[in-house]
Amino acid sequence: MARTFTEGSKAVAETVKLCRPNVIAAYPITPQTHISEELAQMVANGELKAEYVTVESEFAAASVVLGASATGARSYTATSSQGLLLMTEVLFNISGMRLPVVMTCANRAISSPINIWNDQQDSISVRDAGWVQLYAEDIQEASDLHLQAFRIAEHPEVLLPVMVCMDGFILTHAYEPVDLIEQKEADAFLPPYQPQYYLTPKNPITFGAMMGPESYMEARCQLDRALCGSTRIVEEVAKEFKKRFGRFQGALVDTYCIEGAEIVLVAMGSVISTIKEAIDLLRKEGVKVGLLKVRCFRPFPREAIKEALVGAREVLAIDRAFSPGSGGVLATEIRASLQDVKKAPEIKGHIAGLGGREISVETIINIVKDRKSVGIEDRFVDLKEALLK
Amino acid sequence: MEATWKKHLRKETLPLPFCPGCGHGILLGAILRAIDASGIDIKDMLFVSGIGCAGWIPSPHIKADTMHVTHGRPIAFATGAKLFNPRLKVMVVSGDGDLASIGGNHLIHAARRDIDMVVVCANNEIYGMTGGQVSPTTGLGVKTTTTLAGNVEPPLDLCRLVEAAGASYVARSTVFHLEHLIGILKKALGHKGFSFIDALSPCPVQYGRRNLYASPAEQLKDLEKRCVPLEKARSMTQEVLKGRIVIGEFVCRGEH
Repeated sequence: MARTFTEGSKAVAETVKLCRPNVIAAYPITPQTHISEELAQMVANGELKAEYVTVESEFAAASVVLGASATGARSYTATSSQGLLLMTEVLFNISGMRLPVVMTCANRAISSPINIWNDQQDSISVRDAGWVQLYAEDIQEASDLHLQAFRIAEHPEVLLPVMVCMDGFILTHAYEPVDLIEQKEADAFLPPYQPQYYLTPKNPITFGAMMGPESYMEARCQLDRALCGSTRIVEEVAKEFKKRFGRFQGALVDTYCIEGAEIVLVAMGSVISTIKEAIDLLRKEGVKVGLLKVRCFRPFPREAIKEALVGAREVLAIDRAFSPGSGGVLATEIRASLQDVKKAPEIKGHIAGLGGREISVETIINIVKDRKSVGIEDRFVDLKEALLK
Repeated sequence: MEATWKKHLRKETLPLPFCPGCGHGILLGAILRAIDASGIDIKDMLFVSGIGCAGWIPSPHIKADTMHVTHGRPIAFATGAKLFNPRLKVMVVSGDGDLASIGGNHLIHAARRDIDMVVVCANNEIYGMTGGQVSPTTGLGVKTTTTLAGNVEPPLDLCRLVEAAGASYVARSTVFHLEHLIGILKKALGHKGFSFIDALSPCPVQYGRRNLYASPAEQLKDLEKRCVPLEKARSMTQEVLKGRIVIGEFVCRGEH
């Protein structure tokens, strides 16, 4: 293992290279582009023996990796924002055909208005596409998650695509010290993909055939069961990763200072590091506050969340995306998870950091201190009232 | 005295966001000069643009109705606007990546329908805004961030594409040939039917520096050198024309 000071996108590209993908297809979109450029460079240098294709749209990128994966190739793509939304139709097909594609989503806001900065509206908007969704807290985790993602996706009990979500710019363009795994170690952790079902003239099969009212529902139910069942694999893979490489940043969820915490903040992505800093300061003031980090958003780890939140008095969810007309998505899911818990904590939703608006340590401290002023409706944090008139 | 075409600019949005040496500012000037010279009331116009550097040519700089839409789709949005309000003079300004790659399908079908609009492709032969990746009009052997050893895929000739699809006015020029460019823009504005203008516009920052142009001026001069007028090209062989840019009017059919 070698420690290096590197950019988030480069660390991810280095890890994707370790996964030895056979086919990579990508279309440029900020802030994902550094990842695909790095991979293009590796292929051009002969360091990575993969087919790399610069396609005409994200729709094509997703379609190319679908096709490649169906022939048994380990396939990878990366995108962001509008690019992910353009892929939406294909995302459903990839999961429906049970193809273990891995994708990086460099999280970014959605148009309109045009905004290239970070929030998580893109990946949250495709939460129902049947993909495993994992959210990274820092560059190290973003990088490590890719190695884990292929293991989860290709597990015979899962066979579903995995989306690794990392906050655009905050993680893709930042530099941090990162421990990169050696190729030999990576190969031992992630052996070559052994597809069970794939397109080959030797044994012709059909992908994506029509299924009418007599069987479509069962296929959808199977997908749901596989996705729900993947929680066990996500945990197993994280544990094995820890055993081999000594790093563990949570499996389905992770916690920080949650012992005896009366107030628990819940969030996903890079804001987790900010929250940890805020908690350290608040704890010094005697505020009994802790953190629940949701690392795996799909499948939604209800049991792990329930276990972590039982005993808390108040839960403050921080969402970097929302469902207009309903509220914070994480807040809503947590409410549903705790509905059968007796003396369930009070859950308050906070929508923050949209379109690149900063969530600082101070923002988090204010969320904790102002919590009494939040009603049933999820609150937009740090709104500029003057702009709303 | 200020040039009359400058009244069409939203002064509060200036300066333009383009990199030093970019051709897109010249193209914006050419479009406004053509409109000014045509006597068209800019209030009757709608400008639609997609995503990428070229999307910023009309939006938000032109003082008229402008709509900045999703990547690759300006022609489809413009079609919708034109259908409900046929009196609108609709101009789409977008880049080669936007119009020819992700939105290539819309380009073909709008040309096939010969719908009355002007489509200007600000063709810089690269994805500029996202950091210099290969585009469908990048020439063979050109170095980009995704073709580090030189592009191996042949470029798309957009004029031939839309001509085959059914466009009734098709022309190509460059920002170097300013008078010629203004001339064909004027003609396109006066044309009834689908007009397509391929306007070559150099990108010194993403394209130029990776392909060893010493300066934007040198890149512009090289662009001129690569160009061959259509009349001259007619007597040249395909072999000789390889890598050259043929400029001129390719199709001019029907009403003006």
